[in-house]
Amino acid sequence: MTGVAVVGAAEAQMGKALPGLSAADVMAEAARAALADAGLTISDVDGVFAAATQLPWASVTLAEELGIRPRHTDSTMIGGASAMAHVNHARAAIAAGLCEVALIAYGSTQRSVGRASASVQEIDPWEAPYRPPLPVAAYALAASRHMHEYGTTAEQLAWVAVSARQWAQRRAGAWSRDELTLEDVAAAPRVCDPFGVRDCCLVTDGGAAIVVTSVARARALRRPPVFVLGAAEAQSHRHISSMPDLTVTAAVASGARAFAEARLRPADVDSAQLYDAFTITPILFLEDLGFCEKGEGGAFVAGGAIAPGGKLRVNTSGGGLSYGHPGMNGLPLLVEAVREVREEGKNVVLAHGNGGVLSAQATVLLGSEAAAGQRPRTKATRLREPAGATMGRRRRATKQAGAR
Amino acid sequence: MERSPTDVYTEHCHRRELAYQVGDDGRPVFRPRVGPSVWRVSAGGGTVYATTVARPRGDGEAYNIVLVDLDEGFRMMSTVVSVAPDDVVVGARVRLAWREGEAEGDAPVPVFVPADAGIASSPGGERREDGDAA
Repeated sequence: MTGVAVVGAAEAQMGKALPGLSAADVMAEAARAALADAGLTISDVDGVFAAATQLPWASVTLAEELGIRPRHTDSTMIGGASAMAHVNHARAAIAAGLCEVALIAYGSTQRSVGRASASVQEIDPWEAPYRPPLPVAAYALAASRHMHEYGTTAEQLAWVAVSARQWAQRRAGAWSRDELTLEDVAAAPRVCDPFGVRDCCLVTDGGAAIVVTSVARARALRRPPVFVLGAAEAQSHRHISSMPDLTVTAAVASGARAFAEARLRPADVDSAQLYDAFTITPILFLEDLGFCEKGEGGAFVAGGAIAPGGKLRVNTSGGGLSYGHPGMNGLPLLVEAVREVREEGKNVVLAHGNGGVLSAQATVLLGSEAAAGQRPRTKATRLREPAGATMGRRRRATKQAGAR
Repeated sequence: MERSPTDVYTEHCHRRELAYQVGDDGRPVFRPRVGPSVWRVSAGGGTVYATTVARPRGDGEAYNIVLVDLDEGFRMMSTVVSVAPDDVVVGARVRLAWREGEAEGDAPVPVFVPADAGIASSPGGERREDGDAA
């Protein structure tokens, strides 16, 4: 597939939006900032990609806000995995000649207007009689099963929150930067066992946007391209009562495909932005993406391995748990992944989005010029799957390395 | 299709029967959906697959939410009643019971009690309050 790269990235109004701003306003501000970052103008955009809980017509709304008539649009809504899916779809659209400059944007004012109206849950007749507070109850059920099968502990979950907080304390603009200890997480008000408040992501306003274009076009722009090395989507269910195995997400499949395309392994990843809606999710994704074996995610995070100075850079902004979580956090994670390549000099950065109740998964591997250049240019004869990727099928490489 | 899957399922609930579908491959199917035409009634025995306790802010009482694996091979969301909500553990054996619908005329709602709670196991009609635990 045609190589593409991220050429612009920006956030807007993270935390608390200015009074009177709508979700569309926030999305448009992020979009304009990302284009400015890329050195492009609004009139360069011919592909618009957007989905947001507050904006059912998100791509149409965004085009109107910017005053453009794009020739390609996509409002694929798979919750917090939407943005990663949009990267994959933008790449396909660019390869197919449907557009050349793809703008992917998101905005939310859920803190200002309240979650009840910002993120309306569908009424499911097969679950509603039991009044599950969603989405937290679904993730709590998954955590209970993981704890039962693998002995994962509440303290291991707390390490995810504490590690995120330590990253946030290093980041100006993070929503929560107060000291947070394992004891604080354990003593926080309970929400849905085994989760307390500190196991749950923040509820903030905010928007983010990235600009994706062909590698050829990217090379002519003002900033070094951040190359898309691999991207893949997978999904396994819509409702938690229909999830086949609550300890194994479809990230097994999305991760294996993204790594196979990039001809990389988890050991090659310098930084991972893993959707942290609740403290169980980075543990599941560390396992399912192959950073550790199934069941060992709790032990992996305990002791600070994903905190600053640990063995893997995870959620380096502080993530949804401490930096900000404007409803669907895929784009902020992608913006942070871009930042890791540009500002921190990381060569291979993974961004993983999760939508619904562990329902939809999408993995994007971004890389520096060095990472893109080091990819083999000939067809690999056989690819090894990442450790733990037992659900994905083995695949032969059929794609040429995109960037050169 | 002569009747909606929801209609068939709800009629069974009015008889205090937990109905499920069987797909062409012979596998049980739940949630009820368009497609499978064969319906069966569960014997009501199951095992807790996952459990949580929702703890509402303020004065709201904590309550249990489970996913139950029925012995016939399908899974559903439900709640285990007649015990403290946090006494429900993964792997516990449970048995079908029924809770009255919210409004007059609503179908009863399938819930579960611990399998050793000492009430009749017929899926046809004991009340949940009969368990003497907790």
